[in-house]
Amino acid sequence: MNETASPDDKTRRDFLLLSTVAVGAVGTGLAIWPLVDAMNPAADTLALSTTDVDLTPIAEGQSITVVWQGKPVFVRHRTAAEIKTAEAVAMIDLIDPQTDKDRVTKPQWLIMVGICTHLGCIPLGQKSSEPKGEYGGWFCPCHGSHYDTSGRIRKGPAPKNLVVPAYKYLTDTTVKIG
Amino acid sequence: MSNKFFENPVIKWVEYRLPIFSFIDESVGSGYPTPKNLNYWWNFGSLAGIVLTILIVTGIVLAMSYTPHVDYAFESVERIMRDVNYGWLLRYIHMNGGSMFFILVYIHMFRGMYYGSYKEPRELLWIIGVFIVLAMMATAFMGYVLPWGQMSFWGATVITNLFSAVPIIGDSIVTWLWGGFSIDNPTLNRFFSFHYLLPFVIFALVFVHLWALHVHKSNNPLGVDIKGPEDTIPFHPYYTIKDLYGLGILMIFFMFFVFFAPNFFGEPDNYIKADPLVTPPHIVPEWYFLPFYAILRAVPDIWFISAKLGGVIAMFGSILILILLPWLDRSPVRSARFRPIYRQLFWVFVVDCFILGWVGANSPDAVFHGIPFLWIGQASTAYYFAHFLFIIPLVSILEKPKMPPESINAAVTNKGAAS
Amino acid sequence: MMNPMKNALLALGLTLSMALTLSAGSALAEGVKLPERDWSFNGMFGTFDRGSQQRGFQVYKEVCASCHSLRLLAYRNLAGIGMSADQIKAVAAEFEVTDGPNAEGAMYTRPARPSDRFAAPFANDNAARTANNGALPPDLSLMAKARKGGADYLHALLTGYKEAPPEGVTLSEGMQYNTYFAGNQIAMAAPFADSAVEYADGTKATKDQIATDISTFLAWAAEPELEERKRLGIKVLLFLIVLTAMLYAVKRQVWKDLH
Repeated sequence: MNETASPDDKTRRDFLLLSTVAVGAVGTGLAIWPLVDAMNPAADTLALSTTDVDLTPIAEGQSITVVWQGKPVFVRHRTAAEIKTAEAVAMIDLIDPQTDKDRVTKPQWLIMVGICTHLGCIPLGQKSSEPKGEYGGWFCPCHGSHYDTSGRIRKGPAPKNLVVPAYKYLTDTTVKIG
Repeated sequence: MSNKFFENPVIKWVEYRLPIFSFIDESVGSGYPTPKNLNYWWNFGSLAGIVLTILIVTGIVLAMSYTPHVDYAFESVERIMRDVNYGWLLRYIHMNGGSMFFILVYIHMFRGMYYGSYKEPRELLWIIGVFIVLAMMATAFMGYVLPWGQMSFWGATVITNLFSAVPIIGDSIVTWLWGGFSIDNPTLNRFFSFHYLLPFVIFALVFVHLWALHVHKSNNPLGVDIKGPEDTIPFHPYYTIKDLYGLGILMIFFMFFVFFAPNFFGEPDNYIKADPLVTPPHIVPEWYFLPFYAILRAVPDIWFISAKLGGVIAMFGSILILILLPWLDRSPVRSARFRPIYRQLFWVFVVDCFILGWVGANSPDAVFHGIPFLWIGQASTAYYFAHFLFIIPLVSILEKPKMPPESINAAVTNKGAAS
Repeated sequence: MMNPMKNALLALGLTLSMALTLSAGSALAEGVKLPERDWSFNGMFGTFDRGSQQRGFQVYKEVCASCHSLRLLAYRNLAGIGMSADQIKAVAAEFEVTDGPNAEGAMYTRPARPSDRFAAPFANDNAARTANNGALPPDLSLMAKARKGGADYLHALLTGYKEAPPEGVTLSEGMQYNTYFAGNQIAMAAPFADSAVEYADGTKATKDQIATDISTFLAWAAEPELEERKRLGIKVLLFLIVLTAMLYAVKRQVWKDLH
C-alpha cells in the first residue's frame, strides 16, 4: 500500500502482525479448553467411582450383577467344575490369551465388567434360564460372541476378554470394586 | 481478500459452486467499502455480536449440566459451580456476558440516536434493532429464572403477573404462561426451552440487521452520505483490526468482572433457593431492566386505565416508541454534531435514562432528600416520553442546523485528520 | 470529539455513583454500617488463610452443625481447606448417613464416605423448625454469597448480639437483639462466647477469633473456586493486556498509511 515504506519497516510490520496473530491464536485455543473440559466427568462423578459388594448371599453356581460407575459388573460364584474347565484351557485355543489365574484373586469368585468387548452389549448367562453360549460362560446376543467360564472370548466377533476391573477384598466376604 | 487468494484452485472450485468467499469478502472483507471517518463508537455493534456468540457457546455447554426441574435446578447450577470442570468459569462468563451484551447494545443504541443512524434510508435497520432488543430482554428475563433462586422466582412472578393487567383475558393469559396456578415446574421448563431457542432467533435477526446495513452501508459521525470511493476505505484490514483492538479492551473489562467481581451485577438473594412462601423484602430486576421497571411503577390510575395496566402499556411503549423514532425526527441532518440544540437534549435524555435506572433500583416509597422516589420516577418517565413525542419533533422542525460538510472526504481533508 | 467523550465520562461517573447508592443493604438492618474487615481472601491476589479455614471447620462441626446444614458440600471438598485424603476419610467416618434401600428394601445408616455430602442435623425443614421453636436454621453452604457484605456481614452478625435491647424495643418471645440482623430480632441465640471451642493449633479462641474463623470457612464454602479463579484471572488479564497492546500496535501500523 505504501510504496515508500523501507524494507526494514515492512519486515517490522510483518513481524508484528505475525506475532499478534500467533498470540491471538494461542489465546483462542486456550479459551476453548474450559468448554471441552466441562464435558469431562465432573468432580462428584469421579468421587463416586467405587462400589462395595457383599458376597455372602451368592450361592455356589450363582451370579449377581452390581452397578459400578454406571456399568454392570458380573460377580460369579464359580463351581469347582467351572474353575477346572477354565484352568484347563490351552493358551493356543484363546483369541486373547490370558490364564484364568490372571483373571481372579480367589478362584471361586469371578468379577468382571459385563460389557461385550465387541460393541458394548450386555452378554446373557447371568441367570440359569439364559443361554450361556458354547463354552458354558456368557453369550452376547447382539453379534454372537461366546465367552467361557473365565469370561474369555472364545468365538464370535469380540476381540478381547471381558474386562476385569480393579478390586480388592476388604474382608473375606466384601469386595470393593474400583 | 487478495486476487491471489481467489486464484487458488480449491477456492475457485468452491467459489464457482457456492460464492461464499466473495460473500464474506463483500460483508466484512476488502470488498466492503466503509466510511473512513468512523470513530470508536462504531465498535459496539460488532462487539455485541461477539458477546452474543460467547453467550451461545457457553450456554450450550452449561445446558449440558443444567436440570430444568424445580427440585434440582438450584442444585444443578451449584453443581456446575462446584463440580463441573471449569463450570464456575463458564457460568460466570455467561452471567456477566448477559450484562456485557446489554451495556454494548445500549451504547450502540445511544450512538445511533446521537448520529441519526435511524434516519432514511436506514429505518428498517433501526427497527430490526428494536426487535433484537426485545428478543434480548425476553431471553435475559427467562435466563434469570433458570437458577431458581429467590430473585429468579419472584422476578418471574412479578413480570408474568404484569399480563394479568390485560382486560378480561388477563388472568387466563397468566395461567397459560405459567402452565399452572403459580410459577412452577411447567413454567421453568418452558422458560428453559425459550431461553435456549431465542438466542438463535436473535442471531437470525442480527443477520437481517447486517443485511439491511450492507445495502446503504454504515452511517458515520458526519451523517453525510457516501459520495464516492474517496469517502471510503475497505472494511478489511482497517475496521477488522480496529474492531479486534476494541475487542481486546472489551475482554479486559469483561474478564475483570468474571474473575474478580463475578457477582457485581447480581443479587445476593439469588443464592437462596426459590421459596414460593417467602418473598424477599426488596425485589429488583437485573440492572438492565431498571429504567423500564421505574416506568412500570411510575404510572398512576388514569381515567379508566388502572395503574397496573397503564404501567404495563408505558413499559412496553417505552421500547416500542423507538420504532417510530425515524418519523418523529423530521430534521434533514443526521448527525448531532450539526444540531446544537438536539445535541444538548440528547445528553439530557441519556441522563434521564440513568435517573430512571436509579429510581428503578429504589423502592417507590423511599425518599431522596425529601423527594419521594415515586415523584422522581414520574417526572423522569414523563420526560422520557416527552423526549420522543414532543421534544424531538419540535426541535427537528425549529432548530436551525449547521451546514454539514459536502462529503466525508472534504471534511477529512479540510481538518487534516479524521476524527 | 472532545465533547461527547466528556459527556460520556460524566455519564459513567453518574452510573458509578448510582451503583454505590444501590449497594445499601437489604438483608441488613436499616441505617447500620457494616464494619469492613481486612480478609486474607479480599483483593485480586487474595487467598484463604488455611489455618483459619480449618479452625472455622472445627467451629462449624462443634457449634453450628447441631442446627445448620451445609448440604452443598461433600467431605471430599475439605481438600480445599488443606486436609489430606486420610484426614478427610477420618472426618467423614465420624458421621452417619442414610443409604439404601438394601436387598431387603430397607434404608440403613452407614459411616459417611468422602464422596458423601455433609450429613444434615435434621431430616427435613419441618423437623428443623419443630426443633427450633418454629424458626428454620438456614443452610450455610452459600450464606457468604447470599447476604450483602458476605464475610463482613457474617462476622458482624455473630459478634453483634446485645445482652439487652435498646430502650423502646421489645423483643418477641425467644428472640435476641442483634445490631446487624434485618429487623434486629433474631431467633438464633448468640452461638458462642469466648473459649467456646478449644483450637487444636493452640490459637486463643476469643469470640472475635471464632467469628473470624467461621466466617472464613463459610466464605470458602460459598466460593470454593475463589483461589483458582483469582489465580487464573491474573493470567488471563495479563495475557489480554499484552494481546490488546499488540493489537493496538497493529492497528496503528495499518492506519498509518491512510492519513
